[in-house]
Amino acid sequence: MTQPTATVLDELELDALNELVNIGVSRAANSLRSMVGRQVLLSAPKVRLVSRPDAIELLDQSEASQLVAVHQVFEGDITGRALLIFPETNSLELVRAVTGGELPLEDIIELEQEALAEIGNIILNGCLATIANMLQRSLKMSLPEVLRGRGPAFFELDPPPEAGDVVLFLYIDFAVSERDIRGYVAMLMDMPSLEALKVLLVEFIERSTGQTVSPSDASH
Amino acid sequence: MAAYKVLIVDDSKLARMSIAKALTSLQPDWTRVEATNADEALALAKQSPFDIALLDFNMPGRDGLGLAADLREMSPDMPIALVSANVQQEIMHKAAAVGADFLAKPLTEGALRDFLSGAAARLNEASR
Repeated sequence: MTQPTATVLDELELDALNELVNIGVSRAANSLRSMVGRQVLLSAPKVRLVSRPDAIELLDQSEASQLVAVHQVFEGDITGRALLIFPETNSLELVRAVTGGELPLEDIIELEQEALAEIGNIILNGCLATIANMLQRSLKMSLPEVLRGRGPAFFELDPPPEAGDVVLFLYIDFAVSERDIRGYVAMLMDMPSLEALKVLLVEFIERSTGQTVSPSDASH
Repeated sequence: MAAYKVLIVDDSKLARMSIAKALTSLQPDWTRVEATNADEALALAKQSPFDIALLDFNMPGRDGLGLAADLREMSPDMPIALVSANVQQEIMHKAAAVGADFLAKPLTEGALRDFLSGAAARLNEASR
């Protein structure tokens, strides 16, 4: 099952991807900040290339309870799925934070699905749009969908990947100050998209550093 | 104009390369020193002080704001910039509180030019 994931992207390409994600998520955090009126704390991102089962295991190890994810498909030069994941117990608190905390519980429960989709939409779009802009490509985003369950429910969605089982697992924690809210952003893509991403990263590195990356490194 | 010694701190190699590229094109005679985290940066600053510092905010270990506060203690007048895409008010306020400028990531050559010319003017003024 395990594939030589480390060889798909070299060290500098992974570093560049980490930096892109950092910038994207930092900007998205600012959107979340204006929605909840509290500072949003972010961890330094960790980008890992792992297999689908490893991604499920990673999530399993760090989270004991039921989870909620807002899921969006992105399409373009690179195609994949982006997920905003948090413990299900945080879900109502997040909706409460966004709606201002004035609403009665029944209204919050009624709003939950819609509010989660909107929060996910703003954060994931903010993150992906920044990354796409910096790679000078455009990505088409699907409507957000709210999923409940655990790792397998999020990482084994239909249709299964056509080629390769390698996924890119971006992992960044966020937490909202003075509120019991925390979660992760994850992104999944298959091998062809990862290879397309590699080419875009090489171009991005060349633009950013003014240095030419050797052509043998640019393709696989 | 004097040639200054600039500290660049970022855990991302790409970010350091990108800042170095902009800095070299703006001020080819200035010295660049790079560090990958706050501890390394402080150790370097203790060995020999810097004139100007450009610090990433979101780094493993101590963040750029903590580092800025420590550098500020060592060099009360050093121009410091916090470089981050995290434009939340709290971060920008805290940067201002330690006397650091805030530069948005991705860093543009224009924004860096403005910061550096302000920094050079302040250093010039201070040395008179």
